[in-house]
Amino acid sequence: MTNLGLHTKLKEIKTLILKEATLEWRQKYAISGMLLYVVSTVFVCYLSFSLKRNQLTPIVWNTLYWIILLFTAVNAIAKSFSQERFGRLIYYYSLCSPQAIILSKILYNCLIMLLLSLTGFAFYAFVMGNPVGDIKLYLVSIALAAVGFASVLTLIAGIATKAENSATLMTVLSFPIILPMLLMTIKLAKNALDGLDWSVSMDEIQTLLAIDAIVVTLSYLLFPYLWKS
Amino acid sequence: MRKMWWKIASIIILLYVIVMGLMGPVPHLPIINETIRNTYFHVALWLAMTTLLFSSMIYSIAYLNKGDIKYDDRASEIAKAGIFYGILGCLTGSLWANFTWGDPWPNDPKLNGAAVGILIYLAYLLLRSSFEDEQKKARISSVYNIFAFAVFIPLIYILPRLTDSLHPGSGGNSTFGSFDLNNDMRKVFYPAIIGWILLGLWMAELRVRLKIIERSQHD
Repeated sequence: MTNLGLHTKLKEIKTLILKEATLEWRQKYAISGMLLYVVSTVFVCYLSFSLKRNQLTPIVWNTLYWIILLFTAVNAIAKSFSQERFGRLIYYYSLCSPQAIILSKILYNCLIMLLLSLTGFAFYAFVMGNPVGDIKLYLVSIALAAVGFASVLTLIAGIATKAENSATLMTVLSFPIILPMLLMTIKLAKNALDGLDWSVSMDEIQTLLAIDAIVVTLSYLLFPYLWKS
Repeated sequence: MRKMWWKIASIIILLYVIVMGLMGPVPHLPIINETIRNTYFHVALWLAMTTLLFSSMIYSIAYLNKGDIKYDDRASEIAKAGIFYGILGCLTGSLWANFTWGDPWPNDPKLNGAAVGILIYLAYLLLRSSFEDEQKKARISSVYNIFAFAVFIPLIYILPRLTDSLHPGSGGNSTFGSFDLNNDMRKVFYPAIIGWILLGLWMAELRVRLKIIERSQHD
């Protein structure tokens, strides 16, 4: 019985993710807008630094990339609940379980964040130079950050859309919450930048995975209370 | 007059802590010297704050389970008392840091974590103020409160231990209790924690009662 329940739940999540993707594909302005947002932010940074580009130390290079990514993530995920009309949300809620909705949103936002951060990284490395020593570890840190940012911000977006001034609230609520994750990621990325051995970074990877696990579990448990209102 | 005993206990304990904290015997250590007395205030306030924020989270869980608005009142007011203690903890800490580390706000992961922790809870208050409807406000801010506490604990207690910190108990420094806290100090330190917690609960209780009066006047 539980096996069957799990199966239908997975199917539900799959359908919901496909629905999100179809919706995104139909109104392309959202995702293309976000891609343009990353690219133009990177370009603004490039132009602002262009006179002194070779004076950019690895620490500044790294931090700048993650700050750009932080703002991108907040902007991209903030709309994940507000994009759809209110009536349609009620329709979904009457059809599926809230757990399936939050998990599908988190997974879908993970995919979006991976797309955005990898595109951002490619373009950033292209214009700002690429001092990364261990590219594989850097990609690992990008993947961990994408998953972590998506899972934290999805629940916060759900909270913020319930309030009136949701744009400000989204930033104020999410920045302090996301900070431990951001600091860990920056540290991990710095290790990758210096090309240190993977064993040095195991601590950071484990902590990031632990924070991700806590956040996803909490979102899973708390979201049902959120959509009731 | 019922349930007065813990308020009286709080006053007596805190008087004892202040008198014994300033006059009682303490070990003489280099650099720290007499500032070790700040343990009764700074460290005890931090522990009291964590306890208050923890009980605030428990009330938020209780609200989500039972749906009674009184649990949310308690959760929010206890969180406010916790924030107040957080600010006091920062102030006493910066006083201490000024004399021992030579800088009121050294760039230390624990300090920055504490500042971010206060930001998280100020955001909680902002979230509360942005709703009109009471039940909706209570439900959504309870969700955020639980989420915030789950992030706050790693921020304060786990992350600083992984990096170098000036504080005892992190970055290879041994914990405070292991060698400095002798039995004379324990006799003041443990009551101090209880006293501060009771005082915080008292403040929260007064504000909850104020809220109940305001609500009944509205109706």
